[in-house]
Amino acid sequence: MKRFTRLFTALDQTTKTKVKTDALAAYFREAPDEDKLWCIALFSGRRPKRAINATELRALAAECAGIPLWLFEESYPIVGDLAETIALVLPPPVRASDLPLTHWIRTLKSIAQLPLEQRKPVILDAWEQLDTPQRFLFTKLVTGGFRIGVSRKLMTRALAQATGQDEATLALKLMGKWTPETTSFHALIEADDPQADLSRPYPFYLAYQLEDAPEALGTPDEWQAEWKWDGIRGQLILRDGQHHLWSRGEELLTDRFPEFAAAADFLPPGTVFDGELLAWDDGPLRFATLQPRITRKSVTRKLLKDAPVAMLAYDLLEHGGEDIRHLPLKDRRERLESLLENAPAYTNVRLSPALPFDAWQSLAATRLAAREARAEGLMLKRLDAPYLAGRKKGDWWKWKLDPLTVDAVMIYAQQGHGRRANLFTDFTFAVWNGNELTPFTKAYSGLTDKEFDEITAWVRRNTQQRFGPVRQVKPEHVFEIAFEGIQESPRHKSGIALRFPRMVRWRRDKPVQEANTLGDLRAMLETFG
Amino acid sequence: MKTDVLTFTDRGIYCPAGDFHVDPWRPVARALITHGHADHARPGHGRYLATHAALPVMRHRLGEITAEGIAYGEVRRIGGASVSFHPAGHLPGSAQIRIEVGGEVWVVSGDYKTTDDGFCEPFEPVRCHGFITECTFGLPVFKWPPQARVAEEINAWWRQCRAEGKTALLGAYSLGKAQRLLSLLDPVGPILTHGAVEATNGILRAQGYALPDTIRVTPDTAVKDHAGALVLAPSAALGSAWARRFRNPSAGFASGWMALRGIRRRRGMDRGFVLSDHADWPGLQEAIRATGAETVYATHGYTEIFARWLKAEGYDAHVLKTEFGEEEDGTETTGGEAA
Repeated sequence: MKRFTRLFTALDQTTKTKVKTDALAAYFREAPDEDKLWCIALFSGRRPKRAINATELRALAAECAGIPLWLFEESYPIVGDLAETIALVLPPPVRASDLPLTHWIRTLKSIAQLPLEQRKPVILDAWEQLDTPQRFLFTKLVTGGFRIGVSRKLMTRALAQATGQDEATLALKLMGKWTPETTSFHALIEADDPQADLSRPYPFYLAYQLEDAPEALGTPDEWQAEWKWDGIRGQLILRDGQHHLWSRGEELLTDRFPEFAAAADFLPPGTVFDGELLAWDDGPLRFATLQPRITRKSVTRKLLKDAPVAMLAYDLLEHGGEDIRHLPLKDRRERLESLLENAPAYTNVRLSPALPFDAWQSLAATRLAAREARAEGLMLKRLDAPYLAGRKKGDWWKWKLDPLTVDAVMIYAQQGHGRRANLFTDFTFAVWNGNELTPFTKAYSGLTDKEFDEITAWVRRNTQQRFGPVRQVKPEHVFEIAFEGIQESPRHKSGIALRFPRMVRWRRDKPVQEANTLGDLRAMLETFG
Repeated sequence: MKTDVLTFTDRGIYCPAGDFHVDPWRPVARALITHGHADHARPGHGRYLATHAALPVMRHRLGEITAEGIAYGEVRRIGGASVSFHPAGHLPGSAQIRIEVGGEVWVVSGDYKTTDDGFCEPFEPVRCHGFITECTFGLPVFKWPPQARVAEEINAWWRQCRAEGKTALLGAYSLGKAQRLLSLLDPVGPILTHGAVEATNGILRAQGYALPDTIRVTPDTAVKDHAGALVLAPSAALGSAWARRFRNPSAGFASGWMALRGIRRRRGMDRGFVLSDHADWPGLQEAIRATGAETVYATHGYTEIFARWLKAEGYDAHVLKTEFGEEEDGTETTGGEAA
């Protein structure tokens, strides 16, 4: 655990990618295989489940620290992180130990099923022998909330650096549903058998946002345009008579979308599609319809009927059991089209159409119609480009619609967490409804650190009332709020809910009276909802 | 406040029997000052009284003031009150002020730390009936590591910077923290200072405080002549054009707030060192216990939480609103002076 803690400290102390990669690569060269494997698992989102719930954990920490629970609870929002609060309030360790990372994870796994009274002493025993930084990491593992600022891409690069294998090969090996308990470092990383897992997906190729005019990309005939669908990116894998569905977040969704079972019957084995999952009934339905299909645990007959789903396939990664990612898009597209040409509707896999255009100007006009097509904008893909892994600049661009915006008044403020603890970063905004301000959204992001500092100082001076951690502030500041979608919501006082709301500008020039009205929002709902 | 010794006004803590204020934030006729930080020693008062050791810096910062010095422990009669100043361990010359009226004793702590930093006059507990305590770090999550360990971290960082051909830029408040850091540095290489730090250095050296040699950075300073230097500057200067002259920098910051990962990361410094001139949670408990006081007023910091804790511990505890710094105040996190 000490070695892993040193790695964490090194990663935490720098924002420089190279320093992080070097630190990780050094770890991958030195650490025991078991620890390496767990390290890879942790950095690729394969965290062990929490061993104790947060309420029990807080009570245990307060008891161990000899402070009343309320005092612990008051300290937590100021620190901004539960595991860190615990690591800081506990008394110093009474003995030292140097058990490896794997030991602690195994310990946590072994107690997961025990009654609370038997889990407690195990956690206390760990706290007694770990120093503050180790305790912090251990407690992070306990809470099941282990997230560190290392992307999978960075981790893969470090692993490539340490093993001498290339990044793309490793990225492929790391995909899929392995855990450190079902494989070994040798089998996963060193052995050369990428076909071992029939369900293994390919790393997704991710697009960059187009910032400049598309003219800068070259001539239109080098590019393919498609709708940028407003759904969930997914990979449908048909191999050996089975089907597997993965989300971009590498969650296995197969059981939640039984409608793709028929695809394995009709389409040939050795086929992998990249596409978008959409709620679909002869055409795309709104995103909100898709949501319960992801969030609800059980897939009922009613849910399947109310929220039918299709995959709009836009790429073919494997054909006839062969990895074809190296082929140019136009060849992959040809194969994709011929595969789906005669596919019956019950496969629920459809071709995401290519939008014909011969000039950037006419495409710009198409883009403006995206909202009517229930799309977020356009995707631009270079026709002679292979399918790359991860986010790479150059061949794939998303050309999104400009967001919708309203000017709104800040009425409540709350402190953030983690890096933003002690800063007021979570705000509630309101629009005019007659002479009253009606809250309609929260927003957390979009301001610079300097602006957050400034608004934090202002909130402290202009608090009118407190409701726990929430402060009502003087309605004095107007912010421009941007969002991607608007829908009806009976749960909210305003009757509407926004998608991806964020602050884009602090409108210091705007008096409060000139903020938008609820009527303006209703009109947007009519047009775009 | 029900006591006869002190009352609380919109100008600050007031002693009716002696007709004076302690660390007032608006102009008053007579001010007793605990220490020279700007939120405690403000301009515009008629007369100032502070320790001999605190006065030179105050004169430097406040300009022409009518001020009188007093030795630690010396008792002075002001009207119906007896006052004396006692080391607070916060920075050179800092004091707690003891005020006695008709047998009732109150102590205003100013800012303090209970551990001896080997540089300024160490904290001395003073018995009293009522204690006005700061609680900047009045939460159980704040427990300072031993100074020697932090000093070793700082020196190791400096050595590493030298080895990698980097300039170590260390941010700290120019009065107090900067000089305490100087006293902790190993003579690994030259120490360059920002003008604000060097001004205070000069004053304290003249008073007899031992500080290592330092080189003030001026527009003519040839940075390349000082390879492997450590640069000591107010943290605000680290992010400014002033710091751009130092190539390949590694920025560090020394403050109690560096105990929190969120703040450490938000500051965007390469290194954060946990070093504070305020008492940590155990230090506050220890100090309050040592006064023997029954009544405690908490000010400057997590006052409401701290007072609630003290009440549960059996004290007659209250929150005292002051303008030394609001609850959860961000001054420290943005490089302010009390860190």
